[in-house]
Amino acid sequence: MIAHHPATWSPLLGRLGIDAIPHEPIVIGTFFAVALGGAAVLALLTYFKLWGYLWKEWFTSVDHKKIGIMYMVLGLIMFLRGFADAVMMRGQQAMAFNGSQGFLTSEHFDQVFTAHGVIMIFFVAMPFVTGLMNYVVPLQIGARDVSFPFLNNFSFWMTVGGAVLVMASLFLGEFARTGWLAYPPLSGLAYSPDVGVDYYIWSLQVAGVGTTLSGVNLIATILKLRAPGMSMMKMPVFTWTALVTNVLIVAAFPVLTVVLALLGLDRTLHTNFFTNDFGGSAMLYVNLIWIWGHPEVYILVLPIFGVFSEITATFCGKRLFGYSSMVYATVVIGVLSYIVWLHHFFTMGSGASVNSFFGISTMVISIPTGAKMFNWLFTMYKGRIRYELPMMWTVAFMLTFVIGGMTGVMLAVPPADFVLHNSLFLIAHFHNVIIGGVVFGVFAAINYWWPKAFGFRLNQFWGKVQFWCWLVGFWVAFTPVYILGLMGVTRRMRVFDDPSLQIWYVIAAFGALLIAAGIGAMLLQFGISIWKRDEYKVEGDPWEGRTLEWSTSSPPPEYNFAFTPKIHELDAWSDMKAKGVARPTEGFRAILMPKNTWAGIVIAGMATACGFAMIWQIWWLAALSLASIVATAIFHTFNYNRTFHIPAEHVAEVEAARTAQLAALSKGGAA
Amino acid sequence: MADHSHAHGHDDHGHGAGFHASLKDYVTGFVLSVILTAIPFWLVMSGAIADKGTAALVITGFAAVQVVVHMIYFLHMNAKVEQGWNLMALIFTLLLVAIVISGTLWVMFHLNANMMPMPMRTDGIG
Amino acid sequence: MSSAELTGQYYDLHEHDHPEGGSTALGFWIYLMSDCLIFAMLFATFGVLGGNYAAGPGPKDLFDLPLVAVNTAMLLFSSITYGFAMIAMQSGKKNLVLLWLAITGLFGAAFLGIELTEFHHLIEEGAGPQRSAFLSAFFTLVGTHGLHVTFGSIWLVTLMVQVGRFGLTTANQRRLACLSLFWHFLDVVWIGVFTFVYLMGVLR
Repeated sequence: MIAHHPATWSPLLGRLGIDAIPHEPIVIGTFFAVALGGAAVLALLTYFKLWGYLWKEWFTSVDHKKIGIMYMVLGLIMFLRGFADAVMMRGQQAMAFNGSQGFLTSEHFDQVFTAHGVIMIFFVAMPFVTGLMNYVVPLQIGARDVSFPFLNNFSFWMTVGGAVLVMASLFLGEFARTGWLAYPPLSGLAYSPDVGVDYYIWSLQVAGVGTTLSGVNLIATILKLRAPGMSMMKMPVFTWTALVTNVLIVAAFPVLTVVLALLGLDRTLHTNFFTNDFGGSAMLYVNLIWIWGHPEVYILVLPIFGVFSEITATFCGKRLFGYSSMVYATVVIGVLSYIVWLHHFFTMGSGASVNSFFGISTMVISIPTGAKMFNWLFTMYKGRIRYELPMMWTVAFMLTFVIGGMTGVMLAVPPADFVLHNSLFLIAHFHNVIIGGVVFGVFAAINYWWPKAFGFRLNQFWGKVQFWCWLVGFWVAFTPVYILGLMGVTRRMRVFDDPSLQIWYVIAAFGALLIAAGIGAMLLQFGISIWKRDEYKVEGDPWEGRTLEWSTSSPPPEYNFAFTPKIHELDAWSDMKAKGVARPTEGFRAILMPKNTWAGIVIAGMATACGFAMIWQIWWLAALSLASIVATAIFHTFNYNRTFHIPAEHVAEVEAARTAQLAALSKGGAA
Repeated sequence: MADHSHAHGHDDHGHGAGFHASLKDYVTGFVLSVILTAIPFWLVMSGAIADKGTAALVITGFAAVQVVVHMIYFLHMNAKVEQGWNLMALIFTLLLVAIVISGTLWVMFHLNANMMPMPMRTDGIG
Repeated sequence: MSSAELTGQYYDLHEHDHPEGGSTALGFWIYLMSDCLIFAMLFATFGVLGGNYAAGPGPKDLFDLPLVAVNTAMLLFSSITYGFAMIAMQSGKKNLVLLWLAITGLFGAAFLGIELTEFHHLIEEGAGPQRSAFLSAFFTLVGTHGLHVTFGSIWLVTLMVQVGRFGLTTANQRRLACLSLFWHFLDVVWIGVFTFVYLMGVLR
């Protein structure tokens, strides 16, 4: 009944055997590079005696700011992996003409495009967006942390666990070869009997638990922990988009959990949900997974719309135009995102009535997004615009994303989609909106909030190099893809018969190189800025911000606010500055804070081990790790003592240091 | 002098439950649930309603009413608990559940209807 | 207005600690809503695949409605006994709470026992989850509900130990309230199960 691969299953090691170690040169090379690099990092950490520091200050921290930063670091690391996959694809496709097979076998190429999609969506975009919301939202609402700090830590480590499983597939076994959504029957047992799809399922299940809990956490935080006076319609726009995003997360990820579980049951227990026979329906999988999939893309982009709202208002020196309509547009997008999902499979054969309904609903959902665009433009109109990097990224987003959105509306027309479905036009469209939207937005957010998080600004020159490389590089890389798509070229092709197409792939590869330069510039920007951090120091409000996070020092103290602010108007910090409110400098009290926790990383580690065991069918390990999770979780609930007080004297010290710093700045004249 | 005019959004209850349970509520809910369960079972087991479609509608109706009974009497659902956020979350969830279930049934029905006719097999496959 | 007064208007200078756990009730309810969606997807799957018997046994061949009625009764009784536990909690009667929790646990165990017997019987008859898409969907939907009841029961026992040891503290009362929501929610899901799986199945 259990689907053993009879030839290579043992009770001790499950399906794990010597043939799990890859023999393909590129993978072996990667393994050695990673092993050496990893060993070097571990050695350095040990040499500088940083393990204690890392454990105490970061890994067990329940501070939303530290967790937010760790999410960003995770996203950045996985971004490099996902981009490596992209470069490999571009290289392969530029070469594979006139009889050349390129340098990737089909087994390898199929894993590369699958991993690229899975990693970019789940382990780059999601962590980035989650990291931003985690860092910024409590500060924007005047809170000291999220509602469930322990759960926050656990959510982060579960996301890491999922990433670990994906990376492990590089070195033990293989990854899925099915594309990032793993449609059956290809992903079913009959056509993918190896561990690849199991790696896919379990890495997403582990990470998915983290994401769902994070959703619950942030909803509760926004609804319950707002500072007094901050009614819903006085919340910053980023917080509004975070709220709707997290509602989408809680409402969408359970769907993914179920679908992946059903696929897993088909593969492990031989059930018949998506099989060709015994009454299964592969089309049901496609339907169910896109019910998750469409809200997912709004989960990625809505926080980014919030980022751009904050940046536009700040760098135009004006209140955001149309706050109420921004809020309503966000909520409407959230609700409508649940009635468009079929546009991802117009061609699967549901017929004219169904296709028409979903085609119309898809076109309708572009309207509130358009409303947001106009609000940003109207905010800029007659504003005093400062083209700092965050604002540059915003303008690039407006131009790039709108075009991507328009190609989306083209695809929303079912007859057009019948020609363009699964062509490179589709690929160009979604990269256009994801890169133009989410990626540009993340870069804007990093440039905007980095000074707040770290107390020093980023190097401007390398930031501009990054900007231009990305903007030009994106268009050079993807315009050919649009053209190829309109000519009818299919996605995920490894080798080509028609030599006239090659020039477009070569141009696209050149665009990818430009983007690579942009990534290099970004890393240089980070490195140089960290090196010169004393020279680049800033205080709390380097951008003339409008929202509460800019009222704190940079970086904020661990308790965020010595006294919880009281809110009177929208753009609370602008209001405080306009009224000349003085910062309290005495009368500090002890502050109640949550304690650090070992349980998050430990339980997530057990969950990762459980996922690994399920993938390789090492049943004793699966049972043991599952039991450990339950036992450890129960043990953890016996700890009732999860808070401590920061003494008033310490608060006074920290605040006094800030008072001194602010005084020195105003005297010295350096703004 | 402590300032008690908080505009906070949290409950100031003495106990941690956030709602108040009463014996009357639970017993009422229980009795109603027993009735609302027994009748559908009896209807189906006795075949009292001849038309299957009508029977299906009737037992669905009973289920819906019993769910509401559970919500009110066991789950203490009302618009006041948690400033109405519980009720809002529930309504939103029910809306999504309705969309997802009806949407899936509608889409799958049409997809299946448009499948090419398959030859009949007698071995249970297809 | 003086500077100090203005500061006092914009900062809560007399704030006291927020009581811990103020977000727990809402947070747990939101989690329950996500669980609701999991069951919704399983119901949708059952709705689509529930008629695909693959020339194998269908509901009329397999379902024992009287047994299902007994099982439903077990769950309903466990709901009201948990209710009695909550009332005892409000009166601060620790031992009465423990008694009613224990009885609830017994009803829950009875429910699971009957369900496991039913599953075993079906598998013995060759009507296991591999036989057809209908049976895959049936076992997964009903089985997921049963898994939830299992975890709820483990949680129940844990809470009994914690209440027994530490008493009806605010934290424990919060936990009892959350388990109460969970337990009643499972009863609500069961209404859907016995209506749409068992009763409708026999009606088809």
